[in-house]
Amino acid sequence: MNLETLLGINFFATENLPLLIAFLSILVLILLARIMTKKSAGKTELGDYESNSTAKPKLIIEAGRADRQYWKDLWRYRELFYFLAWRDILVRYKQTVIGILWALIRPLLTMVVFTIIFGKLAKLPSNDVPYPILVFAAMLPWQFFANALSECSNSLISNSNLVSKVYFPRLIVPASAVVVSFIDFLISSTILIALMIWYKFVPTWGMLMLPFLIMLAFAAALGGGLWFSALNIKYRDFRFIVPFVVQFGLYVSPVGFSSAIVPEQWRLLYSLNPMVGVIDGFRWAILGQNTAMYWPGFMLSIGIVLLLLISGIWHFRNTERTFADII
Amino acid sequence: MSNPIIKVENLSKKYVISHQTSGRNRHGTLRDAITDGFKSVGKRFTKQSNTADPEHEDFWALNDVSFEINQGDRVGIIGRNGAGKSTLLKILSRITEPTRGRITIEGRVASLLEVGTGFHAELSGRENIFLNGAILGMSKVEIKRKFDEIVAFSEVEKFLYTPVKRYSSGMYVRLAFAVAAHLEPEILIVDEVLAVGDAQFQKKCLGKMEDVSKEGRTILFVSHNMAVVQALCDRGIFLTQGSVSNNDSISNTVNAYLTSLEQAKDDNLLHRTDRRGGGKVRVSRVTLHRAKEGSGNTESLFQVGDPVKIKIDFEGDCLGLECRFTIYEQQGQAIATFSSADRSELDSPSKQSSGFFVCDLEELLLMPGRYRINVALSGNHALQDHLEGAAFFDVEQGTVRGRPVLPNSYGYVHFPHRWSEI
Repeated sequence: MNLETLLGINFFATENLPLLIAFLSILVLILLARIMTKKSAGKTELGDYESNSTAKPKLIIEAGRADRQYWKDLWRYRELFYFLAWRDILVRYKQTVIGILWALIRPLLTMVVFTIIFGKLAKLPSNDVPYPILVFAAMLPWQFFANALSECSNSLISNSNLVSKVYFPRLIVPASAVVVSFIDFLISSTILIALMIWYKFVPTWGMLMLPFLIMLAFAAALGGGLWFSALNIKYRDFRFIVPFVVQFGLYVSPVGFSSAIVPEQWRLLYSLNPMVGVIDGFRWAILGQNTAMYWPGFMLSIGIVLLLLISGIWHFRNTERTFADII
Repeated sequence: MSNPIIKVENLSKKYVISHQTSGRNRHGTLRDAITDGFKSVGKRFTKQSNTADPEHEDFWALNDVSFEINQGDRVGIIGRNGAGKSTLLKILSRITEPTRGRITIEGRVASLLEVGTGFHAELSGRENIFLNGAILGMSKVEIKRKFDEIVAFSEVEKFLYTPVKRYSSGMYVRLAFAVAAHLEPEILIVDEVLAVGDAQFQKKCLGKMEDVSKEGRTILFVSHNMAVVQALCDRGIFLTQGSVSNNDSISNTVNAYLTSLEQAKDDNLLHRTDRRGGGKVRVSRVTLHRAKEGSGNTESLFQVGDPVKIKIDFEGDCLGLECRFTIYEQQGQAIATFSSADRSELDSPSKQSSGFFVCDLEELLLMPGRYRINVALSGNHALQDHLEGAAFFDVEQGTVRGRPVLPNSYGYVHFPHRWSEI
């Protein structure tokens, strides 16, 4: 008797594929957490530096040297990463009266407008899901992606004083910009919880897939953001391109409507937009079986996100060493 | 003798200067990139790709620089504007990459190229200590451990919870330096950051840096103030146009630098390339005259108490042009600054684009010795030209209002005075 028959679930059936993915992603998260805690438990943060100073780290600076210590440095500078994110969060709501409430008001108002326009006026189908929840389940990842992308793209320029005066792995700056938007995402997701309680909407097991989907949105924002932030240093044109991309993206992504209204033969093409997969995934995870998932498109989106992220890191690493000279 | 802690071999750094005339900056735009791309494709077809690009010129900020620094050395890096000092520090602190060459560093490096890098105006003093510490490479635990010390050093206890945007500039600098002063690297790289802040605080900073060096740490220090460099460092590296022209004990290096300053003397200052600023206006000549004898001869030797006329010729034109010059004694200590921006009713009204500034000193109240003048012109709300060592002059003994001023006294200035015997 094996596990499958015991639970009465066939893990490998297509309809249970998301469950499998969710299970795997949770496993990966637990593993990562274990590794992290093990490392920091082994030696205190202070010890990290102390042990370095007794061993006298040897550093070689050379032209065109692909810095072998880069990833180690990235780990060493993790506190700076944390401090930069902390600074941006602190600064964002200084001298505002309602402070952190802004993180709630913006998505809430957008959701209201979208519900009225797409749900009430255009009367788009929602498969018996309350339209506010339909919109908000998509609004969450989209706002996260849009904010993260624009913050990330400007991050190097707005930290140019750091870039030209201190050394640290530059990857920290755009990455911490994405983290800041992630905090906003967490805050505004309380609205979704409130909405679900209000509409007495029962969550499904698909919710387990959310961490994976958030990681996907994170990767998409970081990938795009790395491209734009590096290009922005050389060509300031991207300062104007990014807001346009974000605005445009809101309409070509299924935020105000369900992607089910896209004709079947165009859906694979539509999924070339990486956020389509993420948003559909979010809807599927939160709303459950009321929305049918289009798997080929989802897989395509994942592929595109990975491509974006890997090429983004590659381009960033290649141009990084000239940042201080041209910023 | 220990192993070198820093070993620099054949280090070179190239910058490409763009000669495009105004309007577009060096950042370039996407349009340029696209059109240039097409141009190069076109060139490939027409086989002209070997011709040199007239719009871009290579500039070697550092050229084949090699030296070694041992543990515990305190090295002063000196040289004129554009000699490559800052580029060298930037490469050593890994901000930018060399074009050629190799550096081997053994130990943790902290560099201080600017006071208060990463300070955020909206954050409180306390928050900025943590942020700045992290940026300079301290761990959170380390900052916490030294927090009280840092606060005490900076003397801003009362304002720890005030955003730094409400700080006076003095407080700001003090706080920023306090954080940096508590770094504990093996190698400390400092770029002329002590030029800011009040004298008392400067003294405190120098004291702190001396302490650091006593602990056996290595210091690399850039400054224009030869007195400070000599007090702090025991070795010197003198850079000229991107190459090491002297690498010796600090006193020999400083002497070589001072001699080179005078040798570079050229009546037509337009030939000089070691200048900073926008360049809309450029100093062409700085001459000194004894005012009594009309504006006739150019002089470089005066007596204490002589009336002196300092004339600064320039080329170009610019809105709201202002002239500022500073007299330095030989070691680089500033003695007096004169600025045309601070008006007095005794000034004669300015004539537009006369091509020169004249400053009249009724009495030259400097003690006997050798002096030099740095000149800066600004206009359009920006620095347009800055020249070091634009003119030199000697002062010999003389009389001020009947009182003899002799060469063997202390200090740099003489005050006219009167004694009474009671």
